[in-house]
Amino acid sequence: MLKDITLGQYFPGNTFVHRLDPRTKLLMVIVYIIALFLCEWFVTYGIMLTFLAVTVAISRIRLKALFKGLKPLIFIIIFTALINLFYSDGEVLVKFWIFTITKEGIFNAFFLVLRIMLLVTGTFMLTYTTSPIALTDGIESLLSPLKKVRFPVHELAMMMSIALRFIPTLIEETDKVISAQKARGADFETGNIFRRAKALIPILIPLFVSAFRRADELATAMECRCYHGGKGRTKMKQLHYRLADLFAFLIGAAILASVIILRHYGL
Amino acid sequence: MTDAIIANDLHFSYTQYDESKKPIFQGLNLSIAEGSFVAVLGHNGCGKSTLAKHMNAILLPEGGKVYVFGYNTSEDEKLLDIRRNVGMVFQNPDNQMVANVVEEDVAFAPENLGIAPQEIRKRVDEALKTVGMYDYRSHAPHLLSGGQKQRVAIAGVLAMQPKCIVLDEPTAMLDPHGREEVISTIEQLNREKGITVILITHHMSEATRADRVIVMDKGHILLDGTPKEVFVHTELLKKAGLDVPVTTEIISQLNRTGAKLPSDALSIEECAQALCAWLKV
Repeated sequence: MLKDITLGQYFPGNTFVHRLDPRTKLLMVIVYIIALFLCEWFVTYGIMLTFLAVTVAISRIRLKALFKGLKPLIFIIIFTALINLFYSDGEVLVKFWIFTITKEGIFNAFFLVLRIMLLVTGTFMLTYTTSPIALTDGIESLLSPLKKVRFPVHELAMMMSIALRFIPTLIEETDKVISAQKARGADFETGNIFRRAKALIPILIPLFVSAFRRADELATAMECRCYHGGKGRTKMKQLHYRLADLFAFLIGAAILASVIILRHYGL
Repeated sequence: MTDAIIANDLHFSYTQYDESKKPIFQGLNLSIAEGSFVAVLGHNGCGKSTLAKHMNAILLPEGGKVYVFGYNTSEDEKLLDIRRNVGMVFQNPDNQMVANVVEEDVAFAPENLGIAPQEIRKRVDEALKTVGMYDYRSHAPHLLSGGQKQRVAIAGVLAMQPKCIVLDEPTAMLDPHGREEVISTIEQLNREKGITVILITHHMSEATRADRVIVMDKGHILLDGTPKEVFVHTELLKKAGLDVPVTTEIISQLNRTGAKLPSDALSIEECAQALCAWLKV
């Protein structure tokens, strides 16, 4: 049952977007988020929406997958929409009991919902089109200037990749522990929330014990394979910026610039 | 022939929870020739794994010396030289894989050694081809079978181009099919590449395939010799809490009833021939 969880949410492919350097994609997402928060009116939002739509079309990610990512956020989206709808000052359109709906309220609510949806789907595009390893490599490479101030960049990247590596292993193990406890009569489905939470203890304890044992064995195995920290370490797969990345950067710069200029005119 | 590993008057003990010391080795002497295939047998807690960990300086001797290809394991500066020459494979394949792609995992050791990227690529491809896992290079490790994972783990060690590989019960968690995959890979490495192999195992059938068998009991070497020489001592092996190969078991049982079968007929063919000859008489 736990096997259904798809972690990292990566959809393999070989499109233009997939082939971009992970660093390019990470930087593009940052530019995209900044531009999104500078948007004010239909024109600027239109630019962002078009950009996202084109990216989605090129990368051949199914719309269903994108909307699936939005699902857990429905409550937050509705909540912010209502708050903005009822609590904005301005030209009053409708008034009943304690609620007043203003013209500005409607626009605010609409743009905020649009902003949240664009923000979430845009960042999802990063993880949908970039494998977790490429992402880790990209983060390590982008953060590497921080090594100068003794920020443990290599250690962070190593931790991320080991965590990614062990997620499926630990899920499998959790499944086994649950089955084993069920076979001995453990009940996880009935009772109130406290009873159910308490029923999880016999799953968590063996899981933690085995995770620590694994960590110990892995550390020994890594030492056996000459691991001695990030010092003097090389990488088999080098990251290279290509012409396509330059192209992507130019588009990113163009979008950011046009949003800033158009915003100036209240568009 | 030179010696790959020499243990000289090795002393070692573990500190237990109550601060008391549990001695494992009290003056162990051992030398392993380069290019040989040695199986180490012994009951649980006899010090097999502890011995293995002394062979690449994961554990350091409390007394005495361990030399690995001429390097003293107690010398700190030589640590990487020792570990790149003596690769180690452990029991649980899941707990020795670092990356979530097969080829990235194999590249881990050469990356640690600071080898140039193109050279790493070459070594990784070569190592994966040697263990027959090249077609799986872009798979995630958790989707492989136990035998395949263990072969990837061997490839991960091979990428260091070691002169010696120590395997600590590599087949304990595998099914018979996976076990055969791993053991034949190890045999091939020993025969074709001349890599010294030290195989720690519980399975007698695996030990019979080695050139030399060392039986350990309570931190001492009980028996040492070719499989034929060692498995003749059925009683001694049983006393040390070990099984004997099925063939040896049949012959020793029959000999007890008065038959005069050769007690060194170890392989199934030899045993069958001996039995046929005896039955015809």
